[in-house]
Amino acid sequence: MTHWAWLLPALPAFAAVVGLFAWRVIPGGPAVPAIGGTAAAVVVAIAVLADAESNPLHATSSTTSWTPTGGVALHVGTRVDGLAAVIALMVAVVALAVQVYSTAYMAGDPRYASYAAEISLFTAAMMLVVVASDLFELLIGWEVMGLCSYLLVGHYWQTEGARGAAVKALITTRIGDTAFIFGIFALGVGAGSFDIARVTAAAPTLPHATVVAGALLLLGGVVGKSAQFPLHVWLPDAMAGPTPVSALIHAATMVAAGIYVVARVYPVYLAAPVALTVLGVIACITMLGAALAALAEDDLKRVLAWSTVSQLAYMAAGLAVRGWSAGIWHLLTHAAFKALLFLAAGSVLRALGTNNMSEMGGLWRRMPVTFATALVGAGALAGVPPFAGAFSKDAVLDAAREHGGGLGHAVYAVGLVTVFVTGAYVTRLIVRTFLGDYRGDASVRLHESPWVMTAPLVVLGVFAILLGAPVLPSSYGVARWLGRPAGTLALHVGAIDVVIAMLISFAAIALVGWLWSRRPAADPIDVLGRFATPLRRAFFVDELYDVAVVRPVGVLARAALGVDRRGIDATAVGSGRAAVLLGVGLRRLQTGNVQTYLSALVAGMLIVVVSVSVAVAT
Amino acid sequence: MHLSIALVLSALLFAAGIYGVLARRNAVAVLMAVELMLNAANLDLVAFDAWFKDQLHAGQTFALFVVVIAAAEVGVGLAIVLSLFRLRDSVALDDATDLADRDPVRRPVEPAR
Repeated sequence: MTHWAWLLPALPAFAAVVGLFAWRVIPGGPAVPAIGGTAAAVVVAIAVLADAESNPLHATSSTTSWTPTGGVALHVGTRVDGLAAVIALMVAVVALAVQVYSTAYMAGDPRYASYAAEISLFTAAMMLVVVASDLFELLIGWEVMGLCSYLLVGHYWQTEGARGAAVKALITTRIGDTAFIFGIFALGVGAGSFDIARVTAAAPTLPHATVVAGALLLLGGVVGKSAQFPLHVWLPDAMAGPTPVSALIHAATMVAAGIYVVARVYPVYLAAPVALTVLGVIACITMLGAALAALAEDDLKRVLAWSTVSQLAYMAAGLAVRGWSAGIWHLLTHAAFKALLFLAAGSVLRALGTNNMSEMGGLWRRMPVTFATALVGAGALAGVPPFAGAFSKDAVLDAAREHGGGLGHAVYAVGLVTVFVTGAYVTRLIVRTFLGDYRGDASVRLHESPWVMTAPLVVLGVFAILLGAPVLPSSYGVARWLGRPAGTLALHVGAIDVVIAMLISFAAIALVGWLWSRRPAADPIDVLGRFATPLRRAFFVDELYDVAVVRPVGVLARAALGVDRRGIDATAVGSGRAAVLLGVGLRRLQTGNVQTYLSALVAGMLIVVVSVSVAVAT
Repeated sequence: MHLSIALVLSALLFAAGIYGVLARRNAVAVLMAVELMLNAANLDLVAFDAWFKDQLHAGQTFALFVVVIAAAEVGVGLAIVLSLFRLRDSVALDDATDLADRDPVRRPVEPAR
């Protein structure tokens, strides 16, 4: 069945084309191809996984050569191993949940058709990244994902914020992608092939400089796409897009693609431990910084965005300390519970019309299903057993401890601190949104969302619980499916880590709960007073970039514009004007008097004849 | 008779023709000046024909051709002069400067029939 893996990108791509160009003639409208294509992808993904599950380490490739380039050959094809099969199923399931959810969430939106088609196209691109056998093929999917992200973040393009956020997302990730493509060049030319299997096989024998350069350059793209420090700034702003888009692209799939690529070419990183150290340091900074930013944010969706950045850093940290299975497992559980949390936030947003938690409170009475599912997601995020996120995060911490050394201990320590901060902001999110008294506009009639929106919530909630279950106590079902590359740590969840993380998390929950119970109407973050300001502003990174990058670039752009207008344009316009002036002068000769013309003709001829005669005579 | 006599006469005729073409205002006079120039060429042709004692008399033949073409040309030229006169009651070449490059006169474009 893995030979049919090409259907994974092909079916949603077909659905996107049909949905974009033919939705008017389809009975049922644009939702039919959107949901149909994604559901078909789910079926194919299940079949592929069933096939791959029997032998996860065995990768099935089917490739066909592409256009001849004269250099290193390019191939197009699929390469499915346990990792690709599991991620493909995850993508398909989340995409299906989001497409179903969107039919209600986006109801009445005049641009729903293009929206659904773009999500289908995104799904296709992500599938291409997942199953691609060639690094360039992967890059195509990677870039199309970036394009879809741009289009979908800018879905509400009539608002200034959405336009700015879309451009910011595109440009910020583009900075990383520039490094990414050169990383592909370095590895592909070094290994003599862009085929992922050959590149990973050749990695240990390549010159050390080539591997390190390739790994670090690839890391640039990963940092951009997965919103890691210092290119993390686009993700919170990307929340200007519709909430289902945030759930699919900016929580579950696209931002995880960076992590996936590292895992996919992991032997390259094993051969370049420097790159892993860099990744680990970046992950430590991002993990704690983003969690602190989430702690003070008032916008519900932005809290979740910062949390996504922080959780992605957990995955990156897991990979950095060779906890390959732990990182990927956290990717899977995170996809389930974060998509769940975003869709729950969308349900709240749809009911209230606002994202600000200061205008929420007490929603659990009116929106019980949303509340219950959000609680599952929050429990998973905060690390409360038995929800999935708890154990996968503990697995990352366990890998860090087992890895040891400076990096391992740093990741372990920062990870534990982040567990505390995570518990605090998750508790704050729940109490500010769902508990206490309603603080918002009294004229809003609170109601639970329709079943089309709550059903995906419930399904994802079930996943958020079940994905943690296989680890209890030692079956490691997920790890068996994935199959891990040699040289990485086995998936292991130590009881000691579970207990420590759980205690820390409960302490944070209890602390915020106690603060909240003292003054239920106030924001628990207010106890920090002035110290909350840097957290609210996310440590002034945006301001720093504004001063260090945006304004100098603006000055440069204006200078370039001046040179263009006064130099290059002036030359072009001036030569045009000179031609006009010349013409004005020449047309005076055109008097219309034929005898004048003839006089000039005769005079000219005389000159020619005389000069020729003189020349011949001498 | 020496050849140079005919050539000098021909050159004088031609110069007179050029003067007439360039300087006379009357279109009919200009046509006549053109005839002078053609006949100057005819004189040359015939003179060289006689000087070289050409067996085929190509010069004389060409002269005949030139006479015929000149007659045709005068026919066409006079017809043009006639229609010019009908158009503007004058055959003065100074006034016939319609082909001058003036600033375009903006006329309403007539719809095609």
